Amino acid sequence: MVHIKRLQEDGADILAIVGEIDASSSIELDLTIAKSVGEGFTRIFVDCSSLEYISSAGLGVFMSYIEEFRDKSIIMILYGMKEKVHNTFQILGLADLLHIRANKQEAKQLLHELSA
Amino acid sequence: MSYRHKIGCSLENLKGVRDFVRKSLKGQRISEVMLNEIILALDEMCSNLMIHAHHCNPDHFLELTIEIPEKGKLVFEIMDDGAMFDINQFHEPDLENLVQEKRKGGLGIRLVKSIMDDVQYLSRNGRFVCRLIKKIS
Repeated sequence: MVHIKRLQEDGADILAIVGEIDASSSIELDLTIAKSVGEGFTRIFVDCSSLEYISSAGLGVFMSYIEEFRDKSIIMILYGMKEKVHNTFQILGLADLLHIRANKQEAKQLLHELSA
Repeated sequence: MSYRHKIGCSLENLKGVRDFVRKSLKGQRISEVMLNEIILALDEMCSNLMIHAHHCNPDHFLELTIEIPEKGKLVFEIMDDGAMFDINQFHEPDLENLVQEKRKGGLGIRLVKSIMDDVQYLSRNGRFVCRLIKKIS
């Protein structure tokens, strides 16, 4: 149901989510982020352009890393969300707690600003 | 119009719930964003019951019905033989507490309450029924 591809670019880890994240598949997202952090990445992009659906289980995974990332100065930026997916983040006000940008270019720009 | 779907309490079946809702509401004049919200709310309600009331036992079943009693109004009912979890009695923690406690739960109920216009609980023929109402006009 969900497939997460990883590739590295300029020292950042890019996680590209393909498919749907619900209560049965959110563990995949959790494991992938944990792996990225475990490998020492401090700059993580999440490409959501092929993310078709996310439920609270997936939102909860992103939420659960906020504090750890603050402590470890890890920057995670999500980008490329479809309107319906972005809306799910907005309903709960998570758009204010996470870094979300429209596209990869804006995500890189934000990383540049946050890293300065 | 009335639609019915029986669901075994396995999280693997959530995809089937979403497909059922999407198929049943095909033809209704609903934006893709609102349709996604409705699908999300039903997914959240079913997964909550599967996890908390049925411990993901696939031999336990929920029944979901969709009725469109009048134009612009959707009525969803989830029927359950087991105990129903009343989300109206649940006071969700605020977001900052969720962040600090690194909790992965508590968000689903907040979503359902935000999306649906009304959430009611009743019993019918000895079964628990959760009725969710959404106005779409």
